[in-house]
Amino acid sequence: MNVIEVKGLGKKYRIGKAEKKSETLVGSIVNGLKQPLENLRKIRSLTRLNDEEDIVWALRDVSFDVKEGEVLGIIGHNGAGKSTLLKILSRITEPSVGEVQIKGRVAALLEVGTGFHPELTGRENVYMNGTILGMRKKEIDRKLDEIVAFSGVEKFLDTPVKFYSSGMRVRLGFSVAAHLEPEILIIDEVLAVGDAEFQRKCLGKMQDVSNNQGRTVLFVSHNMGAVETLCHKAILINRGTLEGIGQTDEIIKQYLTKEIKYFRKKRESSELNFFRSIVLLNHELEETDIFSHTEKIGLEVEIQLAEWSNDLELALSVKNSVQRRIFTKNIQLQEFTQGEGVFCFRVFFEPGYLMAGEYTFMVYINKPRVKAFDLQESICPFTIVDTGSVFSKYGSKMGDIFPPDTEIKLVGIND
Amino acid sequence: MDKVTTVIKPSAGWRSIDFKELIRYRDLLWFLTVRGIKAKYAQSVLGVSWAVIQPLFSTLVFTVVFGNLAKIDSNGVSYFLFSFCALVPWTFFSATLTDSANSLVANASMISKVYFPRMVLPLSSILSKGVDFIIALLLLIVFLISYRFVPSWQVVFLPWIILVLLMTSLGIGMLLSAMAVQYRDIKHAMTFGVQLLMYAAPVVYPTSNVPEPYQQWYVFNPMVGVIESFRSVFLGTIAFPYEWLAWGTLTSSVLFVLGLFYFRKMERVFADVA
Repeated sequence: MNVIEVKGLGKKYRIGKAEKKSETLVGSIVNGLKQPLENLRKIRSLTRLNDEEDIVWALRDVSFDVKEGEVLGIIGHNGAGKSTLLKILSRITEPSVGEVQIKGRVAALLEVGTGFHPELTGRENVYMNGTILGMRKKEIDRKLDEIVAFSGVEKFLDTPVKFYSSGMRVRLGFSVAAHLEPEILIIDEVLAVGDAEFQRKCLGKMQDVSNNQGRTVLFVSHNMGAVETLCHKAILINRGTLEGIGQTDEIIKQYLTKEIKYFRKKRESSELNFFRSIVLLNHELEETDIFSHTEKIGLEVEIQLAEWSNDLELALSVKNSVQRRIFTKNIQLQEFTQGEGVFCFRVFFEPGYLMAGEYTFMVYINKPRVKAFDLQESICPFTIVDTGSVFSKYGSKMGDIFPPDTEIKLVGIND
Repeated sequence: MDKVTTVIKPSAGWRSIDFKELIRYRDLLWFLTVRGIKAKYAQSVLGVSWAVIQPLFSTLVFTVVFGNLAKIDSNGVSYFLFSFCALVPWTFFSATLTDSANSLVANASMISKVYFPRMVLPLSSILSKGVDFIIALLLLIVFLISYRFVPSWQVVFLPWIILVLLMTSLGIGMLLSAMAVQYRDIKHAMTFGVQLLMYAAPVVYPTSNVPEPYQQWYVFNPMVGVIESFRSVFLGTIAFPYEWLAWGTLTSSVLFVLGLFYFRKMERVFADVA
């Protein structure tokens, strides 16, 4: 049975136009006097979307169905329209065209701890936040102990929330959300909060919700590892349109290949120092994204530097499929150049470290302790295939890297 | 299985209140109201006493300036009681106006993150100010007892008077809050606008001081009926102003309906412009 049916959904927004500037004094005085009228026209136009010239479609012609009990992942780049879609589905904003039919009670978690007031105590805020999310007071009364225990802030329950650490606030907010019992749950990136231990707890709770309680979940995330483990099906949104729908692993692959393409062509950026292109190479200098565990991994990086400083470094990190960093190579740029320009580096990582599995690169140009330029997360995905090492039979269950060379001595036998 | 089906599509035209939904969210209304009261008096030494201090000090200043120096007529009762009696409903009106006009902007982060019937925001502003109103009303009764005033039998109309007061506050409050989301000018205009409005109502002077030819227009201000009825009931300044209160009821109903429909019409774009 379909619990969500989305048909031809679209949402348009207005984008701002550049303001007219005058170059003469008289001109600017006249402009200044006209300003209120100009402002009125501009503010009014926010809600009048008739003339087509400066309108942008955040979402266009999106249609899909979600079946009961399904966990659907929604992926796409920043600004692709994922959040707009969620906002329409959770009734925060209205679509411009199209229709959605939803069967069942919906709870949307676009933020943790909505409605928290710093002056109120933890307990009062649990009630506040719970009712905003659509719970009844009785329901919260019943679950209060559970919520508090899950958040781990028992001792501070009657302290105003303004004295909480930000971590405690987030934990309390998530606990309330985790105890909602809607038939359909919409979640936006809330797992990106709290410390590692709490994140694990949240992932577990999510899995519990979808697997054991059979509820329908819509889940937006940039964490491909989480999407892969939690979702049966996924949709890919790019520039407001639906680009793919299907099995999670296929959609993730489609999404990641898009990102490789993106970095193959020369790019422009408003940042002072940025990556023009990044390409994966094998030892024969051919482009690839699959390496055997005995093969060198090559990365060709073209960077443009407009703000030179002597301590600039190029940071290249390898991350595993759940976005954990495995290792980072820092390259001091002053060993190669003394100033601005466009440079192309070829870096080879020696084989013998990575186990079979899926990896991505995270790259950035770094001015240590001051600023990271053009941070690119999860780009150039690649696969390591194990073609017959001692560990091949264990797959990637052993961890992400091969164990280091080890000295083993038998020091005694007891019987 | 029996499930609610929600249809989401672009809406058009005017909508009335969705009572079913408001009732479903009554707990939220309650907690927002409690939040409004608690947050207002949190970490203050005098706490709820501020609800009394504000109108009391205004009354004292008015008594000195308008009663003693300007010698404005107070229909034969002490100027102190005359102005305090007007300030009880007026303080409620001006406070709810400022608060509810701000209610959407102040909670913009909530509006853009969660769906709930938006009307609970101005409604809860009014309800939380209601506590201050009741406290001030009790103080008025204490004064009346100590001055040995006996209310007239028209005290039974008090619910009617308060209804007019509520409809006026809520109507203008909803209208302004919906406008303030898009036009932040409302916020700037509010602070002195409310002060100016006070002189358009019989707070520091009696309606009888308004020249005859203008009086027929003056009474369209719903606060005229409210304030003069208050004085008539509690102080016996004039005969109960049935006609003024009737006109006030009319304008307040118009304001209420206008505010309600405008709010419901603008509601759909709140999240986009807030």
